[in-house]
Parts: sequence; structure tokens; C-alpha cells
Amino acid sequence: MTDAGLEVQHLRVEIPTRRGVVQAVRDVTFAVPPGEAVALVGESGSGKSMTCRAIVRLLHPPARITGGAIRFQGRDLVSLSERELEHIRGTGIAMVFQDPMSALNPVLTIERQVAEALPGTRTSAAERRQRVVELLRQVGIPDAARRLRAYPHQLSGGQRQRVMLAIVLARRPTVLLADEPTTALDVTIQAQILKELGRLQRQLSMGLVLVTHDLGVVRQTVHRVAVMYAGQVVELAPTEELFARPRHPYTVGLIGSVPSVDRNTPLTPIPGTPPDLIGLGDGCAFAPRCPMASAECLQGPIPLDVVAPGHWSRCIKAHLVGRTQSAGAAAQRS
Amino acid sequence: MPGPLLSVRNLVKHFPLPRSPLDVLRRRPPEAVHAVDGVSFDVARGRTLGLVGESGCGKSTLGRCLLRLYRPDEGEVWFESVDLAQLDERALLPYRKRMQVVLQDPYSSLDPRQSVGGALLEVLAVHRIGTPADRSERVARLLAQVGLRPVDARKHPGEFSGGQRQRIGIARALAVGPELLVADEPVSALDVSIQAQILDLLLDLRSSLGLTMIFISHDLRVVRYLSDEVAVMYLGKIVENAPVAGLFARPRHPYTLALLSAIPEVGDSPKAMVEIQGEPSSAVHVPTGCRFHPRCPWKVERCTHEVPQLRELAPGHRVACHEATA
Repeated sequence: MTDAGLEVQHLRVEIPTRRGVVQAVRDVTFAVPPGEAVALVGESGSGKSMTCRAIVRLLHPPARITGGAIRFQGRDLVSLSERELEHIRGTGIAMVFQDPMSALNPVLTIERQVAEALPGTRTSAAERRQRVVELLRQVGIPDAARRLRAYPHQLSGGQRQRVMLAIVLARRPTVLLADEPTTALDVTIQAQILKELGRLQRQLSMGLVLVTHDLGVVRQTVHRVAVMYAGQVVELAPTEELFARPRHPYTVGLIGSVPSVDRNTPLTPIPGTPPDLIGLGDGCAFAPRCPMASAECLQGPIPLDVVAPGHWSRCIKAHLVGRTQSAGAAAQRS
Repeated sequence: MPGPLLSVRNLVKHFPLPRSPLDVLRRRPPEAVHAVDGVSFDVARGRTLGLVGESGCGKSTLGRCLLRLYRPDEGEVWFESVDLAQLDERALLPYRKRMQVVLQDPYSSLDPRQSVGGALLEVLAVHRIGTPADRSERVARLLAQVGLRPVDARKHPGEFSGGQRQRIGIARALAVGPELLVADEPVSALDVSIQAQILDLLLDLRSSLGLTMIFISHDLRVVRYLSDEVAVMYLGKIVENAPVAGLFARPRHPYTLALLSAIPEVGDSPKAMVEIQGEPSSAVHVPTGCRFHPRCPWKVERCTHEVPQLRELAPGHRVACHEATA
């Protein structure tokens, strides 16, 4: 079997509400080749978490997939039965959430929960314990042997996230989906966990989908970035390329909105607020906030087009973005 | 040069932990969370002090002590020539108008059934500001000041986005014409594009109204953008206190260095300076000597038993570390 990794194709997720249908994910396409780390970056409501949950079919009803395909190990996850999916979740595709407390069982010890994830049942109890200690040590839990009998609430947020990573390490999934895994943590702990996550990804040559709102986190952890806005991927590029030459006005705005610790340059905030996801038209969803928008931006649909090798942008003026806006932003940065 | 608007000396606030009857029977000593443990600093009129640290370092408790939302256990909070720590509620009332707070989530402090205009009118009425006739005009002016429209006065909090609610929170704080604004993580719950809008609004208001500000945040990037001076806190103590330029050009405390190293930067390629292991110690059983020593890469024997005092290593740049140098 040739392994193409994970491929999300033309994914659509809709949420019916009393006010109308929320188009949470609109035609999202991206691929995670084996061993590659990809980030989905966007603000609240951009559809990044929805995309992530849709991949493992863990959407909260009434949200549902209304179109597209999710190809993994030669199968389309969208059409699988719940039974077949259970087989894929965990060893095929695993998931780590923002709040590990919700993923860990509060009444079971850490040892039990990590041991459950170990493959094979014919090993002795002593061997399994040894293996659990080893895993916990590998993800940086100090004094692992003494932590075995701890319950999740007795650990700090950072340590709980480490336990989740130990479970991932035990399962050895092909792809890991990490949904804002460090958002609830303090920066010094966040730095430790990100480092751990990156090490794990390389060690297992696992595919990684990192969902985050923080552009800074992306920069140190992934190979490619998909920037999402209003349910669509608006820009997709190799990480360094995205920061050096952003080609969508929204990406430029995002980069310009983050204050720097190195320099005190003025921010260039994006005016306005994100659109209502009910009854969105075909035109560019960012147009109302875009400094470059003109009448033709409202004529859709606007395709995600190649602007450079491996670099895509959903903007009809992408060729101008590099010259006007980001020139200013780049000048500020350098 | 005028004296500081706010002057804090040796401020202490501990929260006793509940004791069970068993604890009493076994004669276990009472325990307490050492939230703020001897903090001193000055803020000059019109300046902004950024108070930065990770969760549990005591920065929010300190903010609340300044506003006398908590009564400090020990120490002094001088607001001009009055020690607020000594005043009773009645005597505090005139000072409540001169200092206001902006919180992380204004939604939790807004009445969902009261219109925004109504809420602002109430603030004005309680503090007897203006005549009933000109109050609605004041409300319109306040809304304009924070970038909202006059028609927004009729809407309810639920009809606004997070960024707009924060604008309402700011309008309400400004309604009484305060001199000191304590902003406790005002942009932490907001998306970055909205965060930038609110930061710029605070900058504008500060210069147009001449506000003195205490800006509390866990994010050094945001603190740098807004502050004149910075105080870095760790486990209830200030470990470094310096003008913003000096702190970022030459951070001297290893914890400040570690915080700076941990920030995921957008602007430049990642750099490594000081990496720290482990997690903050408990605020109940605080480490002896320097509180940072269990995680400190510079630790020497002396750090484990001798508490470092803040020393001035450069003009206005104070550092509490035995190993830090000028």
C-alpha cells in the first residue's frame, strides 16, 4: 500500500441553526504527507477546529459534513461506519486537545490510562509498568515512577498535556491532530510542550496537523501553513515563505497585528470584524475588511490559485499583495 | 518633576487555605497561598506600568489590592498623599471614581438584560456625574471615544462581539473620568486582529486623556507595545523592574530571559537564550532563598537560602538576583 498520508478534499461542514445554515467549513482542501507537519491557522470561527474534528468525524451535532472527502490509507473516512472509524482513531489518527482534562479519565490513574494505549496484551504487568514509566520519562515528566498512581487532577496543565503526548507515543499514530494544544498553558510551559511535540513528530515520522490561532507557534513547529478565514483556506505556503512573502491581504494583516518583543513598531490592525457565516455570498469573505478590495472582489467564487511553487492564495490581487502591503510589513520586520 | 501618582510599599496579600477539623486535631500549621509577598514600586502620573508574569504569579491579586478590591494584609498603597490600604469603605468612595478597572471578559461584568446605554447612564448617576439632562449626551461621547456608534447605546451586551464588548468595558471605566486605569489582561480573550485594535485604542485614550495605567498581562509582546515601565513577577515577588527600553535591550534576571526566549515570535527567526525546565513551585510552600532557584540555570549555593533583594544595576533598572550583573 502506498502511503499518501492524509488528504482533505473539498471538505464542507454545515451547522443548521434557527437563524439559518452556518457554513463553518467551505471547500477546504489540503494534504499532510507522511512525516510532515502542517498548521491550520486562523481566528475564532475560521473553521480550523471544525476541519480538525471533521477529519476524525468527531463533530458535535448538529454540525455535519455535507461534502468532500477525507482520504487516509486508501479509504474515504467520510463514508466509513462508526465501527471502522474506531479502528482508525487512536492508531491511525490520534487527537490532542486544548484541555487534556477533558480527554483524560478523571477516575483512572495515569498508569492505567497510558498502559491502555500500549499495543499487545501478552506482556506481563511488570513489563507494561516499565514501559509506561519509560514513555512518561520520554515526554519529560519528572519523577515518572512516582507519578504512576497520580490522577489527572493532581497534575498541572502542562503535565496533563505531557501525559496525552505519552499516550500518543504509545499508540504511534500515523497522523496526529493537535487542536490548540498549548493555548491554555503559560509561555514557558508552552515552549516546552511545543518542543516535545516537534521531537515526537520527527521521532515517529508522524504527520501532524497543528491547529492554532498563534502565528508565532506555527513558525517554530511546522513545514507548511494553511491560513483560514471564514471557513476557507485563503493561503497555503511553506512556513518561511509565508512569513517572508505573504500573498493574501488577510495573512499580511495577521502578521501586522502581532506585537513584537524585539522591536517597538506600530501595529497595523485589520479593521472591522469577521463576517457572519450564515448566508455568505460567493465573493471574497475578507473583502469588507480588506484595504485592497474593489468591486470585482465581490464577484465570486474566488479560486485558491498558485502564486509561486507550493504557494497558493485565494485573492485575485495576490500579485499586488507582495508589492504594496507586505513590502511595508516586511520593511517593518527587517 | 511631580511625585508618583501611585506608590506601593511592601505589599503583602496571603490567602489562608481552609483547614479541616483533622488539620486542627493534628496541629498542622495553618497554610496560605502567598499571592503577593512584599512588592514595592512607583508609577509616575501619565505613565504605564506593565505587570507581567505567568498564571499564579500574583499579578492580578496585586492589581486588585491596588484598587482595594482586596484589602492587603500588610504594606502601603499611596495614591498621591493618601494610603489607600488604611481607608475604610466610606473613606475610599471618592477614590473609587479616580481609579477604574478593565477586565479580561467584560461580558461577565455586564448585565445581559440592560442596554449598554443604560449601563453607562447608571454609572454616571451613581457617581453623580453631570445633570440627568446631559448624561445621554455624555454616553454618546463615551461610545464615540471607544469607537462605537451612538445607536449602539440601545443594544444589549449579547449583540456585540468580543472586541466590541471590550470597548464597552473601557467606556464604562472611562465614564467616571478616572486618573488611574488598571487593565487586567484586557486583550487576552481576543483574536489577534481584534487585539491589535484594542491595544491601539488604549494607546490613543492614554495620550488623549493623560491616563496613568497599570497594564497586567502574561504576554511580554503586548506589554512592550503599551508600557513605559515593566515589572516582571514570579511567585508573588517582583524579580525585575525597569524602563521598557532597558528591560528588552538588556534583560538581567534569568526568569525574564526565559520568558523572552519562550515567546513564539512572528517577526524574526527563533532564537534561543535561556531555557528553563519544570514548572513554577507552589505558592503555598514557597522555596527558600530565591523563589526561582529550583528552575534557574544560573543557580549557585547561595540562592537556596538567601533571598535576593531588588538591586539597582542600571538607572531605574532593579533586579532581584544574586548572579545578575550590571
